[in-house]
Amino acid sequence: MPEPGRALPQPTPETKHFWDGTQAGELRLQRCDECSHTYFPPRPFCPKCASRKVSVFAASGRAILDTYVIHHRKVPGFVPPYAIAVVKLAEGPRMMTNIVECAQTPEALQLDMPLEVVFEKQTDTITLPLFRPAKG
Amino acid sequence: MPHNTVAVVGAAETTKLGVIPDMSQIQLHADAALNAMADCGLKPRDIDGVATAGETPVQIAHYLGITPTWVDGTSVGGCSFMIHVRHAAAAIEAGLAKTILVTHGESGRSGIGRGQRPVPASSLNGQFEQPFGPMGPPSLFPIPVLRYMKTYGVTHEQIAMVSVVQREWAAKNPRATFRDPITVEDVLGSRMIAYPFRLLQCCLVTDGGGALILTSADRAKDFPTKPVYILGTGESVETPMVSQMESFTSSRAFSVAGPTAFREAGITHKDVDHLMIYDAFAHLPLYGLEDLGFVPRGEAGRFIAERNTAIGGKLPLNTNGGGLSYMHSGMYGMYALQESVRQMRGSAPAQIPGAKISVCHGVGGMFAASGTIIFSNQKP
Repeated sequence: MPEPGRALPQPTPETKHFWDGTQAGELRLQRCDECSHTYFPPRPFCPKCASRKVSVFAASGRAILDTYVIHHRKVPGFVPPYAIAVVKLAEGPRMMTNIVECAQTPEALQLDMPLEVVFEKQTDTITLPLFRPAKG
Repeated sequence: MPHNTVAVVGAAETTKLGVIPDMSQIQLHADAALNAMADCGLKPRDIDGVATAGETPVQIAHYLGITPTWVDGTSVGGCSFMIHVRHAAAAIEAGLAKTILVTHGESGRSGIGRGQRPVPASSLNGQFEQPFGPMGPPSLFPIPVLRYMKTYGVTHEQIAMVSVVQREWAAKNPRATFRDPITVEDVLGSRMIAYPFRLLQCCLVTDGGGALILTSADRAKDFPTKPVYILGTGESVETPMVSQMESFTSSRAFSVAGPTAFREAGITHKDVDHLMIYDAFAHLPLYGLEDLGFVPRGEAGRFIAERNTAIGGKLPLNTNGGGLSYMHSGMYGMYALQESVRQMRGSAPAQIPGAKISVCHGVGGMFAASGTIIFSNQKP
């Protein structure tokens, strides 16, 4: 028996565009057509003004490291210590993620450091958006 | 308008606290409820309202033999019981029930008669947080802390003092799980759980329960116990996902619930003799002190490090030892309420002499929800 991997998302009709996006190499957000509010997580209406007129668009993938913990306990699919991070996307919303291609230490993980999205395939149907220190 | 018209007349915890392997979760509810009924001389037939979380009001009413005219199963985490008290006060004022029992019981350590609560992979949490490696509250609740520390220049040593001071309070409490003194060095040398938090900055995991009985203030004189009046109440919720908080340096739910209770009570911070802030993790008293307006933004770390909340300080906080040292079954709010009631009755192990007003502030989930109750032992 292989070791169990990390927990994986099960997309719903309202979130399918996001998970289709990560498979296609896009970080897809939603923006309200009426009030221009950009939001996450996905839903088919604007959480600010309740309009159902919203559009999906590909975000830049740029973000800064907003906050994190470095988790020291064993979790399936992870080798401790590893950071559980929240990034603030250039477009405004925050999302939880992991920081890759970076030492998982307080010294390496500086708040407000610029990051960029990378897509890590987990299965034939699920690809996760992770972030690494920005290169450009 | 202050409530002023509803009082706690019965209050008790389970006979035992800590590790209780010979009692299932529903029996912990019942043990506390029977103790609270004995406290004020009532029988199940005298109770016409039931509020609870963890178990359903159906299970609790049936198990105890109660026929309610009002129930509340609000279950938003550890502050559910603050919110139950708020709803119970409103229900009594509205005439929906006369005598309401609020119960909590949790086999948090032994896991007897307790279901697992996995996060569904299709929920928003399951899709947008669980894949990134959290494992319960110790990994998620401290998420905002580094941002708070950077914003206000709060040090690890200052936050460590939360645990140190609360252990000093716990030392005065024979029912506290941990009573031996600890130092800042002990806290910062304890096992890392989720940087920046270490073991001594995380709550205990224990078994126990508690129950409250509320009725109208005009009936309170008929009971053998000293009435504890409800002056003000507040509640709110924000987000099921800590990653989606509006701010990592403040809780929106705290900032709604706390001030609502103060307005309703018609009191100022100077009037407060005793304070409970639900401390599942060591940063919660900092957020609570600031969001409830006891100290300016960013000042709470220094306020605690300078021993203002310690024994002899001007604002006694978490005088039972808190979730960090007293006990924490998982939904700790009931134990904070019990300590506020003890302080108002004058029966707390670490009694604040002459205390007349106690503020009890709770959190649910990972900053998901909040409830605040302001108590007084003075008849309004």
